[in-house]
Amino acid sequence: MFRAQGIGKSYPGVRANDDVSFWVAPGEIHALLGENGAGKSTLVKMIYGLVRPDDGQMTLNGQPHQPADPRAARAAGVAMVFQHFSLFDALTVAENIALGMENPPPRRELSARIAQVSRDFGLPLNPARRIVTLSAGERQRVEIIRCLLQNPRLLIMDEPTSVLTPQEAELLFATLRTLADRGTAILYISHKLDEIRTHCDRATILRHGRVVDSCDPRAHSARDLAAMMVGGAMRPIDRSGRRAGEVLLQVGALSQPAPSAEGTALKSVALTLRAGEILGIGGVAGNGQDELLAALSGEARSAPGTILLGGADLSRLGPEARRRAGLLAAPEDRLGHAAVPDFSLAENALLTAGARKGLVRKGLIDRPAARAFAESVIRAFDVRTPGPGTAARALSGGNLQKFVIGREVIQAPRVLAVNQPTWGVDAGAAAAVRQSLLDLARSGAGVIVISQDLDELLELSDRFCALNEGRLSDPVPTEGLTLDRIGLMLGGAHGMEVAHP
Amino acid sequence: MIIDPIALFLLLLSASTPILFAALGELVVERAGVLNLGVEGMMITGALAGFAAAYHTGNPWLGFAAAALAGALIAMPFAVLTQFLLSNQVASGLALTLFGLGMAALFGKPVEGVKAPAMASGPLDLNWIVWLGLGMVPAIWWFLNRSRAGLILRGMGENHDAAHALGYDVRRVRIAAIAFGGAMAGIGGAFISIATVLQWTEGMTAGAGWIALAIVVFSNWTAPGVMAGAWLFGGVTVLQLRLQAAGVRVPVQLLSMAPYLATILVLVAISARQKFSRRAGSAAPGSLGQTFHALR
Repeated sequence: MFRAQGIGKSYPGVRANDDVSFWVAPGEIHALLGENGAGKSTLVKMIYGLVRPDDGQMTLNGQPHQPADPRAARAAGVAMVFQHFSLFDALTVAENIALGMENPPPRRELSARIAQVSRDFGLPLNPARRIVTLSAGERQRVEIIRCLLQNPRLLIMDEPTSVLTPQEAELLFATLRTLADRGTAILYISHKLDEIRTHCDRATILRHGRVVDSCDPRAHSARDLAAMMVGGAMRPIDRSGRRAGEVLLQVGALSQPAPSAEGTALKSVALTLRAGEILGIGGVAGNGQDELLAALSGEARSAPGTILLGGADLSRLGPEARRRAGLLAAPEDRLGHAAVPDFSLAENALLTAGARKGLVRKGLIDRPAARAFAESVIRAFDVRTPGPGTAARALSGGNLQKFVIGREVIQAPRVLAVNQPTWGVDAGAAAAVRQSLLDLARSGAGVIVISQDLDELLELSDRFCALNEGRLSDPVPTEGLTLDRIGLMLGGAHGMEVAHP
Repeated sequence: MIIDPIALFLLLLSASTPILFAALGELVVERAGVLNLGVEGMMITGALAGFAAAYHTGNPWLGFAAAALAGALIAMPFAVLTQFLLSNQVASGLALTLFGLGMAALFGKPVEGVKAPAMASGPLDLNWIVWLGLGMVPAIWWFLNRSRAGLILRGMGENHDAAHALGYDVRRVRIAAIAFGGAMAGIGGAFISIATVLQWTEGMTAGAGWIALAIVVFSNWTAPGVMAGAWLFGGVTVLQLRLQAAGVRVPVQLLSMAPYLATILVLVAISARQKFSRRAGSAAPGSLGQTFHALR
């Protein structure tokens, strides 16, 4: 159905795709597998007409496929669900869908068709709701229904499960299977090996912009696939050598009002963290993760007695005082929150490590010391950058993430709280970040990992809690915990009734 | 001192027209995600170009057409700077205001002191342009909320990356919106010189462009809200003029200040209410004022 032959694309200084050839058959779910930066996104953007290839040919249904823009691609029967949703928050579901169509029918008819397709595929959706009010899973449904209304021959899904609960992901795969059975070809991009192994018929593996292999993912182990993806065996993560010690951090009856109309209120959150322990906190985005991290870091202050570090009350202290006491944090948004985009790495290092590392003397910045500290982070965490004078925004996501986590880890905190430590980071950098958190815990610190990546939480944490609408569940030991059980804890069962009759 | 409410309302409609035009134009521009602070500069350009054209041709209608054209044209450097050269919208808009004010002062010298040609009135003895302005309110509301083109424009203002990903030409739509905003501001400015003051004086728009900008925010980016804001400003203007004429013993400076002061106070009160009411929050377009750069 779709065939690409010798596709190449260069950006200044980067060869994003080089001589890429593969094909997708009708009714097939075809995985495109590779690390971040392997060229998957550029490749599908070319198929969808957002980027023009420098060389090579594509054919769709035997016709040459050279879309000048996404409209031409859609007209040819290509539809795409984006990794970061291409939705308009303030508009309604129906308006969003109309924007993604060439000749949308009048509003009433469109609403009727949305209702019909959502019944057809078991994806409940109200056309009059505004996008802001929807969960991540529901938002993705909007994107999918927008595609389905155009009866695509080739549907491209760019990392669709990264924001879904396990149940929502199962629902998505059921939908994709129905579509494939009706003859639609599906190109599925991911770096989650397990879901590709269970759900995809064939896989094309990209590395550094080139096709390195093509295989049946069901016939290979996740380890083999990972090795093909990164080009060499992955070092297994080392969890050994940790022992839970005395209680370090005690949080009790922590309630906070929602900081904004879109925010989530925290409702009597309680947790204890021991030395040498990693506590994993899971949950779908927007259930209070940012608010909990802000309360821990000191950005938001809480009622007296709610946050105790080694018995000392930190609830009323700001971030700087908490850092001095040994409670450090790394927020989710690395560019803009964890780091100032236009500041150099040395300046960014100074911003959180100033007090603990003595980078400020008598109110003046000790620049050589700040540079040296930034350099030590760069060395210890293998941050690929020209040097500590580079602006934070010039780093790739994975490298900046290694830097902002490394900056806190090197300060030897007593407790470190991180939110989404490996979000949007390729497998190699993610493994490095996770290992550094484990190493930190082994050295006797307590670590809180807030994440939406359940595999990550299962891999790292000793105990697991779920954050749901600002409430934190009781912790359960991670040992022997299944994804199904976690999914139920996350309350990911919203709107599932229609889908599973 | 007798102030007839109906006569006052008709005067209010006239007095609010320049700001209504400018603010409706800016509303469309901001809904497309562009913050153009050059409204004042585009208004004064329209005021001069319109007046000069009307004076030389003797036809006020040609004057308004010239004002619209001039307003759209002078907005084009802003469009090129912000859409192609990716420069900062706030700085470019401020530059446009300064540029417009200076250029109008320079080229306005030859028409200083001459009188505008007379203009026939429409129903209720109101200028036709006033009626046109009132007609633009539902027209723009319909365009934004009911038409396909308006939906695309709003989508672009809400999230330009998503609009681009769906294959819409963000730059083209935004340039069209900027041109429309310039034309509307131009007509608003020309209404002051051709239909209200009947002559050209330097700096005659007197900050109306800034009020128009404020009104767009205070309307929460809706056409009816813009009309309410323009009427508030126009109403206080008319009232204070009446009070001045009636010889009320209040310093003239205070009275002249009143429309600006009243508008700003209402603005602050409304945004404070929005902040504390915790409801839907502000309806500001999501991509407002941000530079759009597409990687191809």
